[in-house]
Amino acid sequence: MDAILLAEQALNGLQFGLMLFLLAAGLTLVFGIMDMINLAHGSLYMVGAYLAASVATASGSFVLAVLAAMAGTAVLGALLEGSLLRHLYQRDHLHQVLATFGLILMANEAVRMIWGPEALSLNPPQALSGPVELGAELFYPAYRLMIIAVGLAVAVLLYFLVAHTRLGMLVRAGASNREMARIMGVRVRLVFTLVFAIGAALCALAGALLGPLLAVQVGMGESVLILAFVVIVIGGIGSVRGAFVGALLVGMVDTMGRTLLPMSLRAVLPPSVAANLGPALASILIYVLMAGVLFFRPQGLFPARG
Amino acid sequence: MKKTIAALVLAGLASAASATDQIRIGFMSTLSGPSAALGIDIRDAFALALKANGGRLGGVPAEMIVVDDQMNPDTGKQLVARLLKKDRVDVVTGIVFSNVMLAVAPAILDNQTFLVSANAGPGAYSGEGCNPYFYAVSWQNDGYHEAAGHYATTKGLKNVVLLAPNYPAGKDALTGFKRLYKGQVVDEIYTKLGQLDFAAELAQVRAAKPEAVYIFQPGGMGINFIKQWVAAGLNRQMTLITPGFSADEDVIKAVGDPMLGMFNTSHWAHDLGNAENRRFVADFQKEYGRTPTVYAAQGYDTARLLDAAVREIKGRVEDKPAFGKALAAAPFKSVRGDFRFNVNHFPVQSYYLRQIWRDPGGRVTNKLVSTVLTNHADFYASACRMKPW
Amino acid sequence: MATALHHPARAGVLLPALAGAALLPALLIWLDEPFYLVLASRIMIYALAAISLNLLVGFGGMVSFGHAAYFGTGAYVVGIAATHGLQSAWLSWPLAMAMAAAAAALIGVISLRTRGVYFIMITLAFAQMMFYVFVSLKEYGGEDGLALGARSAVWPGLDLKSDTVFYYVTLVVVVAAIGLLWRVVNSRFGQTLQGVRENETRMEASGFPVMRIKLAAFVIAGAMAGLAGALAANQNDMASPGMLSWHQSGMLLIMVILGGVGRFLGPALGAVVLLGLEEVVSGYTLHWQFLVGAVLVAVVLFAPDGLATLGRRWRRG
Repeated sequence: MDAILLAEQALNGLQFGLMLFLLAAGLTLVFGIMDMINLAHGSLYMVGAYLAASVATASGSFVLAVLAAMAGTAVLGALLEGSLLRHLYQRDHLHQVLATFGLILMANEAVRMIWGPEALSLNPPQALSGPVELGAELFYPAYRLMIIAVGLAVAVLLYFLVAHTRLGMLVRAGASNREMARIMGVRVRLVFTLVFAIGAALCALAGALLGPLLAVQVGMGESVLILAFVVIVIGGIGSVRGAFVGALLVGMVDTMGRTLLPMSLRAVLPPSVAANLGPALASILIYVLMAGVLFFRPQGLFPARG
Repeated sequence: MKKTIAALVLAGLASAASATDQIRIGFMSTLSGPSAALGIDIRDAFALALKANGGRLGGVPAEMIVVDDQMNPDTGKQLVARLLKKDRVDVVTGIVFSNVMLAVAPAILDNQTFLVSANAGPGAYSGEGCNPYFYAVSWQNDGYHEAAGHYATTKGLKNVVLLAPNYPAGKDALTGFKRLYKGQVVDEIYTKLGQLDFAAELAQVRAAKPEAVYIFQPGGMGINFIKQWVAAGLNRQMTLITPGFSADEDVIKAVGDPMLGMFNTSHWAHDLGNAENRRFVADFQKEYGRTPTVYAAQGYDTARLLDAAVREIKGRVEDKPAFGKALAAAPFKSVRGDFRFNVNHFPVQSYYLRQIWRDPGGRVTNKLVSTVLTNHADFYASACRMKPW
Repeated sequence: MATALHHPARAGVLLPALAGAALLPALLIWLDEPFYLVLASRIMIYALAAISLNLLVGFGGMVSFGHAAYFGTGAYVVGIAATHGLQSAWLSWPLAMAMAAAAAALIGVISLRTRGVYFIMITLAFAQMMFYVFVSLKEYGGEDGLALGARSAVWPGLDLKSDTVFYYVTLVVVVAAIGLLWRVVNSRFGQTLQGVRENETRMEASGFPVMRIKLAAFVIAGAMAGLAGALAANQNDMASPGMLSWHQSGMLLIMVILGGVGRFLGPALGAVVLLGLEEVVSGYTLHWQFLVGAVLVAVVLFAPDGLATLGRRWRRG
């Protein structure tokens, strides 16, 4: 097994995991604090990507596009939370699932109506469109390195926010015991809206950063949404640290599985069979992981609640 | 409900007339998602040809019912059921992807409705499975890749890595390439259809260290692959050959300068010298403001084939044997030059080598370089035992 | 909606409905609109699948977000059997039910140890796993799905390829299956199940084998969904992984909610509304799903009584 190949795949896994973290962080906070399953989280990711693509095409600046996407989606998230979603907090999970599923349908069609059915293209900044030499024949795309850097920076920032600020304290209080927090006079409504908006902004960041690698298309949020749920279940609902660990775990397992499994299978099976079985097994592996965690440690790896 | 009543009234009126007043075209294509550009080009070119004919095919008013299969065989099946049973179309055309084609073709052919493919040309229907109601105006799936394999051999490329999506056309592609490529295939990598992130596969390619890489990745997949290929620095280490699908105007528009110098094979080029083509390209550019791709050329040819065939049978579309015979004779002038069908209703045609350059106007586009295969019949035709109409 | 455990069948409503269903083909042929027979068959198939889900959601208080797994498994069993030469419906359809039931038993044994949102998530996870398993079966079509060479053989002389014949066969099978489910719901088992939904702790304290009851319901529901899947495979002439997707599971839940959770025939109404909406609205606009989404949100927010009852049960559990 080639060391360079392993190194490159490890970086890929890290990059994928960090993007999952951006999605999972917001999702886990919303779930942990407001006790709400939000399936429409993936739609915020999609809207973020579309906003970024539009602004990038109009202004030519990638950085501006990302910032605009984050701001716009945060506002949209706050509006959505204040008007619609807040009525769901008291409802049971079935209703939350169904209402937010309905929101996904509406969001997909709305995007299609506004931007059309074709996928949009979002290009990375010119400066980052080539490779970087990481030494000893390992070339890695500069853009992906940037994503890793941004992902790690956000992780550090979030940690700081949650562990060392007042807002973070309120968030942790709300996550571990909502009723108590409310009784103690925490401005629960405002905290909720803020948390939701931050989660939305993180989604948009992920969408804008991944846009150039994937395609900005309708329904792009749905595949990552499922993975994000897997991440937060593994990591522990309500825990940002759990989301981080879970995301890296899932990212690594998925990426490494996607390549290592076909390679080892190729030794015994024809190429097209191995190529199909590998990713399928890697995908199943993630759900097996989740089912296992649910079975043995249902609260997740880092439960937020006591 | 209103539509149903209107249709009923029309049906009543139509049956009162002597000949068929109308030909209904069920146009199902991929019109959304990252590969939407392909279906859109076929549709736009078909509509252009129709418009040039005053909305008629062969003198008969044509109704084009356009639906979007979203590259999904399930969706395609539902839509085709509706086209056949509710809209009662005379011809189904426009399908881009072979997996959709294979899912819907049985229902269409069983219903004895003509399926005139403007793109997908699966091997399943060109050999033993050839069917009197199935026509492919475009090519047989292996064609482009056979040409590329031949080119790679003549260029002396000693070893290659192959990469294609794991679906019928992807498999046909690599089979076709290997048929005429005489060098060594170091690795054969199959990706998922619709996959857009190739980081893992590119790492594999890098580890395999071949002289060249041959990919078949249509539409949005190709755009992403080439962008990531360049981002990973692989373009400095090895040659990339593609079939025309991954190097056409839609991909060039998205990727741009990094594609300069790339070679690709195709059955058509926008600078082919015949009069039909010159007129088509000019009209298309005027109407839509962009250069047509091979998909557009195919869509245009499909409309013109239908036009000629319907004219031949004087509008009597319900006479299926006559219609079929007229289609098989293909009495029209294609933008490729001369056109004829083989016994299996797939074209016998030439394949060319194109290269991406910057034209005198500063535009990055394809240039016709040379002919790779002349009057090439597809590999499966000899297995077709179908009797002519 | 009352918490009455008995669900009567109102002959005054059912008999005319059945008569109408029996006469529908004649009407449609007279109107020269045979396409709607295909739609009607599709509605019946999904009604069965949704009613089977309601056994879990409405009567058992178990929100399964992975019911499509059994629907798809049933479809694939028919497809795979056909690939190996087994054409008879009398063999492959019960086989489809049996395999779906087996899958439900396996998945149920593990999933039913969890509660609440974790149950939702784990059923979703298992459905995803099944989805990827079928995608990986390249010999059986993989991602593109498995085509059925021909529809199942029911009786010599009866060709399921004819839309009319298919409609009647579906009508008979679906009505029989729903009738069976109705008997289950009104039986002592059904009443016990509803008791578990109402108050699981108390039922357990009273000595009922709660886990076994829930598992039994899970398996029955799975088997019926498998039967619906077998019919669906015949109608589509193929089985595809999409039939196991979480979108599909979501659609089934939507049908249950629309019709009114806990009302026995509610999901049938839900299927009519959802699929009918799809057909009608898609004739006018490509964006019919927007309307579906809006309706769903509206139904949840301004929930009628039926939903509220379920809601109250859930908060306690």
